[in-house]
Amino acid sequence: MSQDASLQDPPSLPPEFGAGPLARRNAAITEAPWVRYILIGFALLFLTGFLFLPLATVFVEAFRNGWRLYLAALIEPDALAAIRLTLLTAVIAVPLNLLFGLCAAWAIAKFQFRGKALLISLIDLPFSVSPVVAGLIYVLIFGAHGWFGSWLSDHDIKIIFSTPGIVLATIFVTFPFVARELIPLMQEQGTDYEQAALSLGASGWQTFWHVTLPNIRWGLLFGVLLCNSRAMGEFGAVSVVSGHIRGQTNTMPLHVEILYNEYQFSAAFAVASLLALLALVTLSLKSYLEWRHGDELAATRKH
Amino acid sequence: MSATPVRRARSVIPGFGITLGFTLTYLSLIVLIPLAGIFLKAAGLGFSGIWEVVSSPRVLASLKLSFGAALVGAAINGVFGPLLAWVFVRYRFFGKRFFDAAVDLPFALPTAVAGIALTALYSPNGWIGQFLTPLGIKVAYTPLGVVVACTFIGLPFVVRTVQPVLEEAEKELEEAAASLGATRWQTITRVILPTVLPAILTGFALAFARAVGEYGSVIFIAGNLPMISEITPLLIIIKLEEFDYAGATAVAGTMLVLSFALLLLINLLQAWVRRRNASAR
Amino acid sequence: MDIHVRGIHKSFGGFKALSGVDLDIASGELIALLGPSGSGKTTLLRVIAGLEFPEQGQILFGDEDMAARPIRERRVGFVFQHYALFKHMTVLDNIAFGLRVRERGERPPEATIRARARELLDLVQLSGLEKRYPAQLSGGQRQRVALARALAIDPRLLLLDEPFGALDAKVRKDLRRWLRSLHEQTGYTTIFVTHDQEEALELADRVVIMNRGQIEQVGSTDEVYEKPASPFVFDFLGNTNVLPGEARGREVFIDGHDTPIVTDTIHPNGAVDIYVRPGDLRLADGGIPGFYADVRSTQRTGPIVRCEAQAVHSGQLIELEFPHLHHDAPRLQPGQRVYLRLNNFSIFPRGQGKPGAKPSDPTVLIGSERERGRLG
Repeated sequence: MSQDASLQDPPSLPPEFGAGPLARRNAAITEAPWVRYILIGFALLFLTGFLFLPLATVFVEAFRNGWRLYLAALIEPDALAAIRLTLLTAVIAVPLNLLFGLCAAWAIAKFQFRGKALLISLIDLPFSVSPVVAGLIYVLIFGAHGWFGSWLSDHDIKIIFSTPGIVLATIFVTFPFVARELIPLMQEQGTDYEQAALSLGASGWQTFWHVTLPNIRWGLLFGVLLCNSRAMGEFGAVSVVSGHIRGQTNTMPLHVEILYNEYQFSAAFAVASLLALLALVTLSLKSYLEWRHGDELAATRKH
Repeated sequence: MSATPVRRARSVIPGFGITLGFTLTYLSLIVLIPLAGIFLKAAGLGFSGIWEVVSSPRVLASLKLSFGAALVGAAINGVFGPLLAWVFVRYRFFGKRFFDAAVDLPFALPTAVAGIALTALYSPNGWIGQFLTPLGIKVAYTPLGVVVACTFIGLPFVVRTVQPVLEEAEKELEEAAASLGATRWQTITRVILPTVLPAILTGFALAFARAVGEYGSVIFIAGNLPMISEITPLLIIIKLEEFDYAGATAVAGTMLVLSFALLLLINLLQAWVRRRNASAR
Repeated sequence: MDIHVRGIHKSFGGFKALSGVDLDIASGELIALLGPSGSGKTTLLRVIAGLEFPEQGQILFGDEDMAARPIRERRVGFVFQHYALFKHMTVLDNIAFGLRVRERGERPPEATIRARARELLDLVQLSGLEKRYPAQLSGGQRQRVALARALAIDPRLLLLDEPFGALDAKVRKDLRRWLRSLHEQTGYTTIFVTHDQEEALELADRVVIMNRGQIEQVGSTDEVYEKPASPFVFDFLGNTNVLPGEARGREVFIDGHDTPIVTDTIHPNGAVDIYVRPGDLRLADGGIPGFYADVRSTQRTGPIVRCEAQAVHSGQLIELEFPHLHHDAPRLQPGQRVYLRLNNFSIFPRGQGKPGAKPSDPTVLIGSERERGRLG
């Protein structure tokens, strides 16, 4: 609705009431109050049942046996190893996907070439692959019975049931996050700024650093945030390639599973609460970015 | 056609070769080649080999459960997602921003955490389960539990696809309908719903696609009884653990093909919507 | 249907969009609501339609007060600026919508609905396009479908919000003429909103000029152009020069010159502003009412010669316009001192045209003196 504003006779739609519900309260097109309240009530009930109760469960179960046990579950060596591995995985996977996202967005948004639409679809591909299948594909290649299996064992290189496999699987499932945030954003911005900078004598690198990057920083942060959240929380793909060796190839989500299956519920929920906390921080930052810098994020956002 | 490379060559912006080169290499190494591996391996089995694996009762049961539960979950979201989107876009109430942000929780919450939380919640002595057990409804460790997990995981897809469409929906369309004598109900069913239906379908398909392949949030609550509550991704893992690579590949390939078909459908749907809304004001 | 608007007040938050609007519209009239952005014209249209509800006042359709009735009970045809056609329906379905949503008892049979929709398509000259979707139509065609859709419910009143605002200039002109003839053909009482004075003057029987949520003047197109009730109206309807003057009884001295204009009206003594359009200033010899000015620059744009001059006494910059074939045009050389008479003008007490001034009380103001202008 970004029509020529001067044609629209603003007083009938003052900006602060334009699309908001206040204008509708008096307008011809809204529902009776009782309908509104019932719908709002219904929506909130649904959210509570499906989202808030599970979240609350995590923390309640985690602290069921007191905070001493909670703390003990977190500083136990296997838990610490899992935390370390999770952080390590994210520290490798996120920057790599960030670099990829920047390159892909630069090539796609700033240049015309054939097959661009196909390329964009391919980048999204990992989202439509089951995480378990994502793990499987690396097992088929690097696993003991995989294509390179015997060669790898001859050279004493371990990928599956080891950290490299976990990192690979994580990279796969978090592959599109940064790219799909940046591509629409940079396409929207076009190339005018870059051309202006280059015409003023800036080098390509200077142009990227001083012109492009400031324009996409919030979108970039947004993508990194989502990428990191998924990287630390990924379960299915990592589960396939990890081998579940305690203290060595267990990430936090896998550690949660092991504890849970051993009926150490409190400890499982204690580690889970850390991951839930990460989710809450991610959500808060994401909402803050959307609220504060919404116009500098990509207009089209789906996950 | 032939003009394209000429224009590209003349572009003043640097870095095309290196960025596209890196993009394609990385994409190929991480995604395309490994994925192609599955199809290569599956092709080695031949159609009959794949069919033999997939048509075994246990695999069929798991496919039925995975696709069935995902379908039901997506359908539940297809109803409640648009309702949530409507409430967020059209009404003002206390804490709206908070509730709106919370919709993304299933995206952000690691699936294993969601899985054990849902299980605890719906187990016979859990917060919700304790009320359902007396009614004879068992959720945890049954296919119903799989549906609950699929609904949980798919909710944001529908809400986040429908929400922007509702936000951009022209108020004038509703005013026009009202001026022509339509009741509010007629306006909603004949004007608003057809406008957002493509978005609902897209969200439905996205939620469905995600739920079909979902693993972490499902396996805890499913109970994993062969033939009853065993989902396809779990079956793949079981086959892998038995070093039955061929069987795992056959099942995974089938799932992949079905997912890609779904993806294609989503893209066609979106292209159709874009075309229809392209110039119509 | 005759329409009477009585004492309408409407505000949005702290913004008063309409403050005390009264308007009477006779059955079958074609009325333009004209004003700048923010004048309240669209709000008034929406209040009449029932898309907004006023805080105070009455909207009478005949003698029935509709102010509190919802839009769907008012049976008004409303045409939106951006047409608001239903994208998922064909042209025919769009037009038929208003008939199809009627309650079962009142709904005509489907065959009748389709026949009526076809008839309307004929009326708006779009026969053959019934199966198209809005996206497949041009802007002008969409506008006509929107109009046909509004007419389908046999409205008591037809309301159009900036009906040509989104169209390009050529289409706009054609459609304007067509709408005028359609109005003559159908006779619906019609109100349309526009910010384009040319459009209002060309199309409407009467023009309602609005400013700051109030009506400045209602009148025929000639009346508002030639007897503007306020400096705002004068200024809004065309280019304007404002000259300082001094009123003494019937006499008004222009720019300190000593041959006054003698008007029919007695003005309160004191400073006045004399409003005159660039085309109403002509060269003359001394002795008749007028003033001296120095030509600063001239420029020809197509058939018009525009000239900037400076009043000698007050230093006020003024603009003149001549057809380039006019016999005086060659005399407009920069540096030349010329004597100017006023063909047609309005006199208002000093300061009324300033932003923030209250709309004027027309009884003291009208000082147009056309006879004299024509004599010179």
